[in-house]
Amino acid sequence: MPAETAEKDFSQYAHPERLVSTEWVAAHKDDDDVVLVESDEDVLLYETGHVPGAVKVDWHTELNDPVARDFLDGERFAEFAASKGISRSSTVVFYGDKSNWWAAYALWVFTLFGHEDVRLMDGGRQKWTEEGRPMSTERPDVAPGDYPVVDRDDSTDRAFLQDVLGHFGRPLVDVRSPLEYSGEKTHMEGYEEEGALRGGHIPTAASVPWAKAANEDGTFRSREELEAIYRDEAGLGTADDVVAYCRIGERSSHTWFVLKHLLGYENVRNYDGSWTEWGNVVGVPIVQGDQPGEKPRR
Amino acid sequence: MTTSQDSVPQPSAAQDDRNGAPDTHMPAALDEIVEEFRAVGDRDKLELLLELSRELPEPPSSYADRLDEMEQVVECQTPLFLAVEFDDAAGTADLIFAAPPEAPTTRGFASILHQGLSGLRCEEILAAPDDIADRLGLKRAITPLRMRGMSAMLARVKANVRRHTHSVSG
Repeated sequence: MPAETAEKDFSQYAHPERLVSTEWVAAHKDDDDVVLVESDEDVLLYETGHVPGAVKVDWHTELNDPVARDFLDGERFAEFAASKGISRSSTVVFYGDKSNWWAAYALWVFTLFGHEDVRLMDGGRQKWTEEGRPMSTERPDVAPGDYPVVDRDDSTDRAFLQDVLGHFGRPLVDVRSPLEYSGEKTHMEGYEEEGALRGGHIPTAASVPWAKAANEDGTFRSREELEAIYRDEAGLGTADDVVAYCRIGERSSHTWFVLKHLLGYENVRNYDGSWTEWGNVVGVPIVQGDQPGEKPRR
Repeated sequence: MTTSQDSVPQPSAAQDDRNGAPDTHMPAALDEIVEEFRAVGDRDKLELLLELSRELPEPPSSYADRLDEMEQVVECQTPLFLAVEFDDAAGTADLIFAAPPEAPTTRGFASILHQGLSGLRCEEILAAPDDIADRLGLKRAITPLRMRGMSAMLARVKANVRRHTHSVSG
């Protein structure tokens, strides 16, 4: 096997058990205690072909409360997880398109419910297909899992507006594109509905577009490279409390995964209200331009 | 035959379309597709969109060299190639779309516009209602933001056609 396709050594990361390789998935996807979940930005992609045996999670229709802007509650999450063949003790391996962007989001939501064994397949769907591994359009027969009703814990990995207002002085990471950060754009190209009335960023937030954490082939960068990006360039240093945000909290769950599981930052919270909340709230401080700006005096 | 190609987003054109042209008329082929969508439930709607995504024809081989000019993925935006070929004698326009296989939703939307509008007269294309995306009734099955992507696609088609008709009529 040529050197460039050699298996990456996950032990370089802080929590190597959170990553699995495509090779591992090929060998273990049919294990009784393993459930493989595909979560994509493009909601039709699973139907065009997926890793044989993988179930689909649709982030839009399945993880969110249908009315309130919030995630499922414990009861509905239990129902949802069981319907995917997931039990509380299952090893749930997520993968998806776009460098595992939405896979990381689904993994983060499972984390809110304290699901212990959640992992990402490094490189996601792209790596699997580029390696010429088998794909299938067949929907697997799912035997319902056994999932207890567990209250969602919003205190450990999730930040709300008030948390962010109380967070100044500690590091914030804005993972949106440079133009969204500077405030020249109030939305992403083609995502007009997720706009905000004001453009810019939360004061003091460092700008690290989420995709910086990924290689061309969709895999995560090495620990050394990630440390250069986040610890050094973005100035997170050895902080013990970091909040990441983006536009609706999906891109930042990818960064949350990197900071928490690959770099081992102790407390990392994803502010899922993100810019679509902050940029519409009356009276909160905002900085425009490419500099982080000063901590507000209040 | 003249060709014009548009691989740059046209947000201002989308704005114009929302405010303009109260005189809309639904072309028959497009109406048929909309009716098909309305007739089925959410799950089947997605199945229908998937079928349409498979039916999107490959662009003619003369475009092979130019597909690289498709917008590259910036952040997460799906690249879409759009070209319009005009037959000025007949006053019609052919739409040529391309999108990668990893973007079936985008391909599905492009396919709807292709089957519904391609080959029609320019004024028929311009008169197509801007809220086609809403009429498909996909909002529960697909995020509103993706549906906006379809409206933006139609806006780009119309902007392209409008530019051409202005240049022809002088």
